[in-house]
Amino acid sequence: MSTATSAPVSLSVRDVHLAFGANRVLRGASLDVARGGTACVIGPSGSGKSTLLRTINRLLEPDRGDVLLDGRSVLGDDPDALRQRVGMVFQQFNLFPHMTVLRNVTLALRRIRRLGDDEAAQVARAQLERVGLAGKADARPAHLSGGQQQRVAIARALALQPQVMLFDEATSALDPELVKGVLGIMAELSAGGMTMVVVTHEMGFAREVADTVAFMDGGVVLEAGEPAAIFEHPEHPRLRRFLSQVL
Amino acid sequence: MDPLSTLWETFFDWDSMRAALPEMLTVGLPNTLILAISAALLGSLLGILLAVAGISRTRWLRWPARVYTDVFRGLPAAATILLIGVGLAPLGMQVWGPNPYPLGILALSLIAAAYIGEIFRSGIQSVEAAQLEGARALGFSWGEAMRLVIIPQGVRRVLPAWVNQLIALIKDSSLVYFLGLVASQRELFRIGQDHAANTGNESALLLAGLFYLALTVPLTHAVNWIDRRLRQGRPAAAADDDGGLALAGETALPGEAAVGGPAGREHR
Repeated sequence: MSTATSAPVSLSVRDVHLAFGANRVLRGASLDVARGGTACVIGPSGSGKSTLLRTINRLLEPDRGDVLLDGRSVLGDDPDALRQRVGMVFQQFNLFPHMTVLRNVTLALRRIRRLGDDEAAQVARAQLERVGLAGKADARPAHLSGGQQQRVAIARALALQPQVMLFDEATSALDPELVKGVLGIMAELSAGGMTMVVVTHEMGFAREVADTVAFMDGGVVLEAGEPAAIFEHPEHPRLRRFLSQVL
Repeated sequence: MDPLSTLWETFFDWDSMRAALPEMLTVGLPNTLILAISAALLGSLLGILLAVAGISRTRWLRWPARVYTDVFRGLPAAATILLIGVGLAPLGMQVWGPNPYPLGILALSLIAAAYIGEIFRSGIQSVEAAQLEGARALGFSWGEAMRLVIIPQGVRRVLPAWVNQLIALIKDSSLVYFLGLVASQRELFRIGQDHAANTGNESALLLAGLFYLALTVPLTHAVNWIDRRLRQGRPAAAADDDGGLALAGETALPGEAAVGGPAGREHR
């Protein structure tokens, strides 16, 4: 089974600002993730977590600030090439419903990486096996459970051998009994040395898996640190209030 | 002769029908199919281009598409066919010779494209923004994401409306007779009309009508079948494709709610 990924990189988000009209969603957010580290971003709804994530792979362009991989700014790079280095998994999976599971995973391999059909299928099947869905290659996304769909989405992103993985509330749309399987795969990935940014409401996951937990509110990272420090000794009053509500 | 018998003979004179039948089968039907199928292909191709132009971020594509649609949807089909078929005839004469078919097909295609473009545009715009985001996140350019992910889904959703347009096209192909057809170029309607004029009763025209129904009624039912399939889906199986518009392997399109992320900004 191939678990090969490109060498992981460190990630820095520096003082990123982004406004949608008058709505200033990010107001100077910063985040650092060490090479192979996992950062969990927590915070109330509307605090800018998902927006921050989208500035990292430039699905959204920041108005100001910088995003660096291994110390080098990516804002001058070709965004399409950047997104092949930075995989992303969405809350609603965003699988392509008109294609089989296998085609979902091979599409970018064939059309962007220019692999032949057989080679692409081989890579895809290895990734599907990694997420425990080798047997579902020929199914349509609509015939899978939410948890299975999300695992396919993870396999689809991993097939491109990204150096960073972004997870945007990857388990929020799942039934409770399906959450565990997806979190398990994410934890494995983290243990395997993937650089990851995980926007999540799963405090247990953040506590156990993250190297860094960042608390966002009002478009900035108000407090960041090791999970023990964040969960046991929160300093900022808003973080304390948030934790008292979710824990 | 009582009025009822007169009426019967006007419409159901078997001899008139029998006389017209061979020509309808060997000349009229093939010509109607040539007109309708050619115009359907060209009109659908133009329609896709119009649809994509219509949702373009560039107003220099969006506005011309809008104006085109308004004009060709707003004019009577007969007027458009005459304007193009007669107006461009001198030009057509140099390119294709005296055959009125190319200009007739062009006119039919231009009309159909205006409708088909709107059908495809509504389909494409019905695809959740999250699908585009999912494709862009994999590293696809906007154009590739549209071509591989958005358009195939959008077009599938409006296949019933598209087939309805093809039915209209089969019927509208009869209007090409305005352009003056020699005997071998006549389509179903013209042959029916000629026979009706010669025999003094409408039976041959009724026969032409039956031919149109034989083409359009199965298509109408195909629309219903496609519509049912699209809504109910079928068990996972069969061939699939990632670029085509084929029906094979179609499944229900999940009505999943779109996107958790912030919308409103274009992906660059």
